[in-house]
Amino acid sequence: MYQFQYFRPKSLDEARKLYENNGDAKFLAGGQTLIPTLKQRLAQPTALIDLGGIAMSGIKVAGGVVTIGAGTKHFDVATSADVKGTIPALAHLAGHIGDPAVRHMGTLGGSIANNDPAADYPAAALGLGATIKTTSRSINADDFFTGMFETALEEGEIVTEVSFPVPEKAAYMKFPNPASRYAMVGVFVAKTKTGVRVAVTGAASSVFRESAMEAALAKSFTPDAVAGIKVSPANMNGDLHGTAEYRAHLVTVMAKRAVAAAIA
Amino acid sequence: MTAPVIGASIRRKEDHRFITGQGRYTDDINRHGQTHAYFVRSPHAHAKLRGVDTSAARAAKGVVGVLTGADLAADKLGGLICGWMITSKDGTPMKAGAHPALAVDTVRYVGDHIAIVIAETYGQAKDAAELVKVEYEELPPVVDPAKAQSDATQVHAEAPRNTIYQWEIGNKPETEAAFAKAAQIVKLDLTNNRLIPNAMEPRACVGEYDDATSGYTLYVTSQNPHVARLVMSAFIGIAPEHKLRVVAPDVGGGFGSKIFIYAEEVVCTWASKKVRRPVKWTAERSESFLSDAHGRDHVTHAELALDADAKMLGLRVKTIANLGAYMSTFSSSVPTYLYGTLLSGQYDLSAIYAEVDAVYTNTAPVDAYRGAGRPEATYVIERIVEEAARQLKLDPVAFRRKNFVRKFPHQTPVIMNYDAGDYDASLDAALKLADYAGFPARKAAAKAQGKLRGLGFSTYIEACGLAPSAAVGSLGAGVGLWESAEVRVTPTGGVEVFTGAHSHGQGHETTFAQVVAGRLGIPMENVEIIHGDTNSVQFGMGTYGSRAAVGLTAVSRALDKIEAKAKKIAAHVLEASAADIVFENGEFKVAGTDRKLAFHEVALNAYVAHKFPTSEIEPGLKESVFHDPTNFTFPAGTHICEVEIDPDTGVTTIVSFTAVDDFGNVINPMIVEGQVQGGIAQGIGQALLEHGVYDKDSGQLITGSYMDYTMPRADDLPSYKLGFTVTPCPSNPLGMKGCGEAGAIASPAAVMNAVTDALGVKEFNMPATPSRVWAAIHRTRAAAE
Ligand SMILES: Cc1cc2nc3c(=O)[nH]c(=O)nc-3n(C[C@H](O)[C@H](O)[C@H](O)COP(=O)(O)OP(=O)(O)OC[C@H]3O[C@@H](n4cnc5c(N)ncnc54)[C@H](O)[C@@H]3O)c2cc1C
Repeated sequence: MYQFQYFRPKSLDEARKLYENNGDAKFLAGGQTLIPTLKQRLAQPTALIDLGGIAMSGIKVAGGVVTIGAGTKHFDVATSADVKGTIPALAHLAGHIGDPAVRHMGTLGGSIANNDPAADYPAAALGLGATIKTTSRSINADDFFTGMFETALEEGEIVTEVSFPVPEKAAYMKFPNPASRYAMVGVFVAKTKTGVRVAVTGAASSVFRESAMEAALAKSFTPDAVAGIKVSPANMNGDLHGTAEYRAHLVTVMAKRAVAAAIA
Repeated sequence: MTAPVIGASIRRKEDHRFITGQGRYTDDINRHGQTHAYFVRSPHAHAKLRGVDTSAARAAKGVVGVLTGADLAADKLGGLICGWMITSKDGTPMKAGAHPALAVDTVRYVGDHIAIVIAETYGQAKDAAELVKVEYEELPPVVDPAKAQSDATQVHAEAPRNTIYQWEIGNKPETEAAFAKAAQIVKLDLTNNRLIPNAMEPRACVGEYDDATSGYTLYVTSQNPHVARLVMSAFIGIAPEHKLRVVAPDVGGGFGSKIFIYAEEVVCTWASKKVRRPVKWTAERSESFLSDAHGRDHVTHAELALDADAKMLGLRVKTIANLGAYMSTFSSSVPTYLYGTLLSGQYDLSAIYAEVDAVYTNTAPVDAYRGAGRPEATYVIERIVEEAARQLKLDPVAFRRKNFVRKFPHQTPVIMNYDAGDYDASLDAALKLADYAGFPARKAAAKAQGKLRGLGFSTYIEACGLAPSAAVGSLGAGVGLWESAEVRVTPTGGVEVFTGAHSHGQGHETTFAQVVAGRLGIPMENVEIIHGDTNSVQFGMGTYGSRAAVGLTAVSRALDKIEAKAKKIAAHVLEASAADIVFENGEFKVAGTDRKLAFHEVALNAYVAHKFPTSEIEPGLKESVFHDPTNFTFPAGTHICEVEIDPDTGVTTIVSFTAVDDFGNVINPMIVEGQVQGGIAQGIGQALLEHGVYDKDSGQLITGSYMDYTMPRADDLPSYKLGFTVTPCPSNPLGMKGCGEAGAIASPAAVMNAVTDALGVKEFNMPATPSRVWAAIHRTRAAAE
């Protein structure tokens, strides 16, 4: 990697100031995406501002909402009794991110801020209709994920916590890419107070909601309701690991399996 | 008396240091005044070098030196060589292009070496490397071996149509006659996918020049340090052999990829004299993907002729082998003498004719990778045999049995003379372990669940320990393939064994010690196995091709000599006639008396030399042997794979994998099982997961990291059902055969026969990834609808 300056601020204020005063600075959370990028010399920030020194992790359950600090590690979400007791689908999802080393380092905030098209957490955030709290505002998941590796976050804005409304039923089905084990297709289905939500990750340039499936599941929350819904391959990713047609097909298969798991 | 050591599953002596982090790998070696190297590599698959400007890099902070192909040429260093001359069927020698360690005027694959940047720290070398200005004139690349011979791109001017050689083997007229009278001909097109080795330890080296002795030392990740020294001395011309010491310390996996002599180690050794400092280089994983020699990459058409009674009459094979952009050290031998010679499989086939065209492409060099040629041969013969059984509507077991070789020795039409074997025995044992009889019921049960089940066989044979040297020499090999052993007994009865068989995962430090301890009746702790340093071991050919049995035989023969001399000494000490001395349980006894000497007592006597006439018997106890085997060894056996495919996702699950191997007598069953397990993991990796892919237009390596190259992981693999049958090998005293590669050789065909059985398709190429399996189901269903 190239040389950079390293800071470990104690507060969000300090972090924002460092960001403003240090040219091309980058926030560092678990480093599971950023460090490999630096090692491959694909980025050359002048400074890394490590968010690890700021108290930003932890899990709270109150008023039908699970609120998770942005600095909370995947492992802690996967093994939290509170998460397992309220949204087991979310604990399951976190428990299937990467490998144990990644889960002990990677964070919720880093994952959603990065918005990798094949990441798992964006599916949960969008599928559950989460609210993303930042240093300056609250953003609905529907408005947060704006494109491939792109979010509504502005320069220097830091995700501080994510609130997930507790659904009636939910499940996440991931079809891992055989090589990377990121999601080739991951489908998060949730039956919530405000309706059924189906979020798909891995298949396209960014996580998206599958409205035809949501409508069908609103009528009947059963695997059969989605089994016949064919997703168009038009906007799907195609690569060495799967054609667009294959990914489109997997969306239906994973959705069906997710609904089956949610009602099981 | 203690239990026998030979044949016992004794824990590996080397594991203590490995699992406690005390292994000493090349990257652990740091020399006084050491510098660090980084290589400037081509980002293009094919380009002319219009200029390499190193001035800015040389001026950068910490930089000690920057050297290019022009500097190498100025020092008149030779290029890298391919050590096996193949002759084409028209009698012309193979057409090899030059292979400079640093490119001179052209780069030919992504990752090709252009310059070495040497600095005080690795970071500084890497920073400065970005300042080397290279002007490229991009040329269109060719990457597909099937198109290489018709492509306008010319990788080397020396090889028109990118064709290195057009080789043949077998009896052509007999084969044509067999096809002319065949009742049925089965045809099959196959590709053998390119693999990227991925040893856990990346390649590394430290080159060091010592002005006081004007000698060099190279520490390197090598499977055969003596061959590296020979090549670097005799062909590349860095230093005479006696001024070049090569040390291969602990090596973290090779699988063939560390047999070869690579540009980096040559350049670091040479550069250490230029900069008068030790020069260290360790590959990053991305560099390993780009620049380690890859494996396999064949395109094949095969035809099998059968008579009306399902007896095999003849086999015809046409293969294009991709050797990449340059010919690596042993590349030419892999798709020829290690491939064509195994095409008879376990079958009594009197007519075989195979043609192999080796081609250049703008991809990383391809050379031996676990199995080297033999997996490719087994894949061809076992896939087409299974396909033939299907077309003839015969049970694949019955069809194989009808054609097995049963009389030994058996001369095939493709050089090999099989010395011993019992193919029915391993097949019978495997059928039981795999519960073949229960398969139809399991298939029906799977079908009821909407799943597709398939079962596939691979009744394989392979050949280990290339031999004898004169024979391999007559086929074009530049080296002999004997092995050396020197056994030194210390005055207090300890035993040091110096072997040329380098150990990098095979467990030689244990198995060789077992043979010595078992033979001399001394504890294993008293035996030290020394390998991997040209200063301690006089010469050796290294470890590859499952040839440790050659090294073990050398040790065993050296022990014969030790015993013979020790008996003479014991006779003098015990005042008996040498003919009356018997050696049992570590003791030299005068037959029929209670007079005896322990092994260590004889050793001491050998060195104090008080009690025997030194005019007749030299003091000391040390013997050496260069053992040249009389034949290959021929491991064989049966692998059976049972898969279940989820038609909704295309995911293939191996529900059962059985392997019954005949490795002759086994010295350490636990180590052998480990070798089989690892080999099968690699074979399953090839069949289901791994694929080295280059972009056909740009020549970029698409699978250049673990994001896209699917290494097998523990949860991709089942628990195996393993068994052994034994027909001792007649060509060595211990009756052993090689075991290191059989798993990787036999298993891909078994897996793919199972996959094609489940899918009900004929032609389907590796790897059977979910998307490709799904597409195949989709096609067959669409065709059926
Ligand atoms: C081997 C491996 C396997 C993986 N497998 C998976 C997988 O299966 N599924 C999956 O979803 N992910 C996977 N990941 C990625 C992992 O989940 C990472 O944790 C995640 O991508 C980034 O989180 P991080 O905390 O490591 O962030 P970092 O890498 O530290 O940062 C990532 C980006 O987010 C920014 N950032 C970090 N925190 C904040 C914040 N609070 N506010 C604003 N910006 C912020 C950083 O500036 C940076 O740009 C894998 C990673 C590895 C190395």
